Amino acid sequence: MSTRGFTGRPPPEATRTRLPPGQTRTEDFPVLQIGPNPRIDLETWCFTLRAGSRPLKSWSWTAFERLPRTRWAGDIHCVTQWSKFDTRWEGVSVDDLLADAGVEAPTAYALAEGYDDYTTNVPFADLTGGRAMVATHYDGAPLSLDHGGPARLLVPHLYFWKSAKWLKGLRFTQKDEGGFWEMRGYHMYGDPWREQRFTGD
Amino acid sequence: MIDAIRLPWRETTIVGIAPVTRRVKSFRLAVAFDRPVVAGQHVDVRLTAPDGYQARRSYSIASAPSDDGTIELLVDGLPDGEVSGFFDGIAEVGDTLEVRGPIGGAFVWRPEDGGPLLLVGGGSGVVPLLAMLRHRAVAAPEVPALLLYSARAVDEVLAHAELVRRAETEAGFQLMLHLTGDGGRRIDAAVIATALKRLGGPRHTFICGANPFVTAASNLLVGAGLEPRTIRTERFGG
Repeated sequence: MSTRGFTGRPPPEATRTRLPPGQTRTEDFPVLQIGPNPRIDLETWCFTLRAGSRPLKSWSWTAFERLPRTRWAGDIHCVTQWSKFDTRWEGVSVDDLLADAGVEAPTAYALAEGYDDYTTNVPFADLTGGRAMVATHYDGAPLSLDHGGPARLLVPHLYFWKSAKWLKGLRFTQKDEGGFWEMRGYHMYGDPWREQRFTGD
Repeated sequence: MIDAIRLPWRETTIVGIAPVTRRVKSFRLAVAFDRPVVAGQHVDVRLTAPDGYQARRSYSIASAPSDDGTIELLVDGLPDGEVSGFFDGIAEVGDTLEVRGPIGGAFVWRPEDGGPLLLVGGGSGVVPLLAMLRHRAVAAPEVPALLLYSARAVDEVLAHAELVRRAETEAGFQLMLHLTGDGGRRIDAAVIATALKRLGGPRHTFICGANPFVTAASNLLVGAGLEPRTIRTERFGG
């Protein structure tokens, strides 16, 4: 049933077909996070792959910068109902991280961990095959602290809360363990095209 | 905590509309959620056009959790806003619209979380903090609380009379109002130091407002020695 007197301003058809259900296009780049920006020093920055609590491989910033670079451009979708089109990112693909570490994924699930103690879960299959990177650049410039710099996860085919800011590592888990938002009612997978915002969607 | 029940859209009726400031109006909605509201949470509102097109926006809940089956939203009537324009110019008591909620499990305060409670709001970012203050007053008046509220001008201060009255009558609640327009003062390190001195070290801090405001306030508070994990932030705008 329609809302009395509401006509709205639907976006052009070309925009509507690119928007997942319930999303609105924004030209801004909103900032969302649970707390303050952490203080991160590139001298001590470290990225670690773990299997449970066991470290598999760590990279310093200098070592990380020597890894092969990946670029991706496309649309991103936040669970708070905004989508941003044609974003451009650069970083290191998770495939290249694994190759450099010389390891195969030990389990099917991963938990991304941020310097702010934020966590979020992603099935490992969604991080490989060129579907995710640890992004260090946005729109041609080093990623700002507000947007998760120096390095954030980028999993653009899922809602953006999965793209953890200020990434310090990826941890393989035996089972699919919910992260910060997933433990607070957000969907375990978060596919914007199936509108998986909250548990039960 | 994982809540396995799905969050449905519900039809709600506007049961009250009242002016708050020149631009902001209060809307009271009758809605029966299947789970209790926690102070600080928001709802998504969905409007549907005759051709089926829908627009959605998120609004913080201003009212304290209560069992009277209503919630209050404070909507800034941006004249060119697709949804806020509906609230400002069209909505009347008796109209129905859809809401989904309550949403949010991080920017929330429950009486058992205790205090001291430091609330820092910029502009309409004060709304979820107002819900916390209103809840504190009825459910945990012993919790010390301080609201540091930055607004452009006195006629843009939301719930101004209520906040002043609370500061005068509620033991343990202090109000620090900062007007930034026309040579006014922005929140700086000295203001933060005063707030922390007056309140004592906060156990929980909640900051809400536009992004630059929240970034500045949270950096100042971390700079003043607060433990980052005790600070929760909520932002709106680009």
